[in-house]
Amino acid sequence: MVLSHAASDSDVSVHSTFASRYVRTSLPRFKMPENSIPKEAAYQIINDELMLDGNPRLNLASFVTTWMEPECDKLIMASINKNYVDMDEYPVTTELQNRCVNMIAHLFNAPLGETETAVGVGTVGSSEAIMLAGLAFKRKWQNKRKAEGKPFDKPNIVTGANVQVCWEKFARYFEVELKEVKLSEGYYVMDPEQAVEMVDENTICVAAILGSTLNGEFEDVKLLNDLLVLKNKETGWDTPIHVDAASGGFIAPFLYPELEWDFRLPLVKSINVSGHKYGLVYAGIGWVVWRNKEDLPEELIFHINYLGADQPTFTLNFSKGSSQVIAQYYQLIRLGHEGYRNVMENCRENMIVLREGLEKTGRFNIVSKDEGVPLVAFSLKDSSSHTEFEISDMLRRYGWIVPAYTMPPNAQHITVLRVVIREDFSRTLAERLVIDIEKVIRELDELPSRVIHKISLGEEKSDANGDNLMVTVKKTDMEKQREIINGWKKFVSDRKKTNGIC
Amino acid sequence: MVLSHAASDSDVSVHSTFASRYVRTSLPRFRMPENSIPKEAAYQIINDELMLDGNPRLNLASFVTTWMEPECDKLIMASINKNYVDMDEYPVTTELQNRCVNMIAHLFNAPLGETETAVGVGTVGSSEAIMLAGLAFKRKWQNKRKAEGKPFDKPNIVTGANVQVCWEKFARYFEVELKEVKLREGYYVMDPEQAVEMVDENTICVAAILGSTLNGEFEDVKLLNDLLVLKKKETGLDIPIHVDAASGGFIAPFLYPELEWDFRLPQVKSINVSGHKYGLVYAGIGWVVWRNKEDLPDELIFHINYLGADQPTFTLNFSKGSSQVIAQYYQLIRLGHEGYRNVMENCRENMIVLREGLEKTGRFSIVSKDEGIPLVAFSLKDNSSHTEFEISEMLRRYGWIVPAYTMPANAEHITVLRVVIREDFSRTLAERLVMDIEKVMHELDELPSRVIHKISLGEVKSEDNGDNMVVTVKKSDIEKPIEINVKKSDKPIFC
Repeated sequence: MVLSHAASDSDVSVHSTFASRYVRTSLPRFKMPENSIPKEAAYQIINDELMLDGNPRLNLASFVTTWMEPECDKLIMASINKNYVDMDEYPVTTELQNRCVNMIAHLFNAPLGETETAVGVGTVGSSEAIMLAGLAFKRKWQNKRKAEGKPFDKPNIVTGANVQVCWEKFARYFEVELKEVKLSEGYYVMDPEQAVEMVDENTICVAAILGSTLNGEFEDVKLLNDLLVLKNKETGWDTPIHVDAASGGFIAPFLYPELEWDFRLPLVKSINVSGHKYGLVYAGIGWVVWRNKEDLPEELIFHINYLGADQPTFTLNFSKGSSQVIAQYYQLIRLGHEGYRNVMENCRENMIVLREGLEKTGRFNIVSKDEGVPLVAFSLKDSSSHTEFEISDMLRRYGWIVPAYTMPPNAQHITVLRVVIREDFSRTLAERLVIDIEKVIRELDELPSRVIHKISLGEEKSDANGDNLMVTVKKTDMEKQREIINGWKKFVSDRKKTNGIC
Repeated sequence: MVLSHAASDSDVSVHSTFASRYVRTSLPRFRMPENSIPKEAAYQIINDELMLDGNPRLNLASFVTTWMEPECDKLIMASINKNYVDMDEYPVTTELQNRCVNMIAHLFNAPLGETETAVGVGTVGSSEAIMLAGLAFKRKWQNKRKAEGKPFDKPNIVTGANVQVCWEKFARYFEVELKEVKLREGYYVMDPEQAVEMVDENTICVAAILGSTLNGEFEDVKLLNDLLVLKKKETGLDIPIHVDAASGGFIAPFLYPELEWDFRLPQVKSINVSGHKYGLVYAGIGWVVWRNKEDLPDELIFHINYLGADQPTFTLNFSKGSSQVIAQYYQLIRLGHEGYRNVMENCRENMIVLREGLEKTGRFSIVSKDEGIPLVAFSLKDNSSHTEFEISEMLRRYGWIVPAYTMPANAEHITVLRVVIREDFSRTLAERLVMDIEKVMHELDELPSRVIHKISLGEVKSEDNGDNMVVTVKKSDIEKPIEINVKKSDKPIFC
């Protein structure tokens, strides 16, 4: 005899995910729900919502790594529950961090003896790394001024106006004045001569960028060093240099080994690099290295008792995952010099393919150079009827995320589109991007007549905004209603350094 | 005709991992290798070295979550390549963060209107959260002093000596003086009355801890609040409170909902909580919430253009992974109030099982209380012949990691062992731990004669060091020799 009974309403495990009642109810957004829900439902609901995020691999705005080998993914998952800061419990993970610091210090030609260990630390990203480096400079300068009996309440730092937002954060949070060297049209990095002129007795350091976020250019650190050496001789101030090599630190040693930008220059006292950019690791790892012990004031270091031995630490964050540190070590030993060189050369080749494809359309000026970070920054030759912002938005329809932004002062009238070539941006993708950009240009060419017609009908808004015409374009029904951001350009130029480009 | 040829030395893909030459060569430790190696070799080498790390789930020293459901692991891996800060590209992830902030703000009874959004942010951990909260207090105080025309160069913060090291970091890096209320034997948290006495016109805030790292105790935030309100009436000094609820923030609302410690108290202006402790997420996520907009000076906030709308941000870190934020949202909706309550009640039950087991041995005094974080802090009733450090070391042999540490000033003569009960510490594990501790006690009971013998032979060093005896214990040939060192003012870094 077979007994059968209907699946009861309360027998939750029976219902397939989309048959259950959980996809019928709206999830609370502001308050925690009272009851639990099954894990499959929770997973599905969140997974489905996240489908509407952009595809990380098509995010051409970001320098941050979006692909790693499956073997590394295995290591990452296996260490996801290790709290990195428990040095006592996870001595091997701690040692891997120390090895990475040493490898990177040697990569940057730190003047270390055969058995001397490097001074440096792993961080969550270049922001934390820069804050630590800046703190070290600030404290060193304060100590020096106190010893000289001079005032130490107005420290400042000299950088280019092209610095990434974390320098402004550092300045604002740690109460240091930011003295910016303005850019000019055609010259989008810090001018070493102007920078050295701005240095005064309150300057804690000059920050040079190896790989400007705007157009990928490497600043001339050698020239800065030489000029600063001269100035230091005259004034006796001994102003040091920090190199923000967030992007360039893993490119220059492999593509441009003769370029002198690192510790080979005597005034460079600390360098930061993002492991999660061209270090080829997922988001969440950065490194900062100091020239030697004297450049890191002892009072900033906390000493932890680690298996009976002293483990000095200097970080802002405490508990964090170990996965990225292990992933960085994996990349360093897996690829070695040879592997990193191959990856960077591939990026450079694909960058050239993209650049040539864009030049061939005849519609763009290339703002970036071939030397530097592999990216292509380009602007329209003629931006009277369309803007770069429109191109950026229309490319989204094809899935590409290509940001458009205006240059900082004094070149705010220049708008560029920027495509970053990462490890996983292959030649086929580069060629496809060119094709899609050509499609977008053709669509835009046909657009003015439609818009002018609609404007006269009063259906579309259009207002002049300086050199550009802001047009509101309605997309087709099948696509989500998104408006081209009218005020974006104005907003960006109103607020300095808020476009979050990194 | 069959052709055969030997697998050449260069045909790397043929060799099984442990047959290849890569396990024969020593990996460079200080410099990058010149050549690449196959990914399988890289994976195997690193994986094998990491086998020698402790087992995270047996790490009873840490409050930080070490287990999540496989469904959540799937979500984590799927979002591992999303850079959280790209708000424009990942709007849903950004919205999940905002939802978490709001949920947590409501959990802490922030005085929000029906449609008002909470003021808060996700961080990498409570360290960053505390630095942001401290920065906000410092800037607010500076602005107030400037407006009053008074000096603003000597800010200070009042806390108990039991604070976690990140407060010291904050004080040192942001140039704020740390005024610590000393502890005493039997009283291991900040005394609200002493704290309020130490407050002066330069105090930017008083920091109370909900869930002291030392013994899990909740500080009496309500009493502190009431005393500060009185002080405001008498002196006009309006000193705000910050509650460091790194551990307690996800325990108190579920186990002790009537306990008033959060925004229900008017002087509390900001609260931080670690998502990766009892928020039940892997390491790398914390939250800080402010009472309302006025408590977060606008000049500290950076405004990012986010899909045409303004997204204010205030963090120290910029690029970081999105996985933990998504995991936190998963936990909040998956468990809800009911689920968190169940987990915390289980932890509490297992904590009581462990405590009772230890009490039954008759050798330990329990330093922690039942109310507070589910942990058991205990010390030896008689530590003339053994120390808690020896017990800690010997437990390692069984795989358990149980830390021993001395209390901060002025109770440095007290040493405790501490076991944290996390979500994944089941009753069976609790009972097993008790058995292993009993075994260790037996072994130690037989030990003194051996040590004294060795001391007389000169094989083992022993010296007095203030209140403690430093004993150098040599392990057997198979193990490495180590020294057990007891330093008086050593503040072990644990969280």
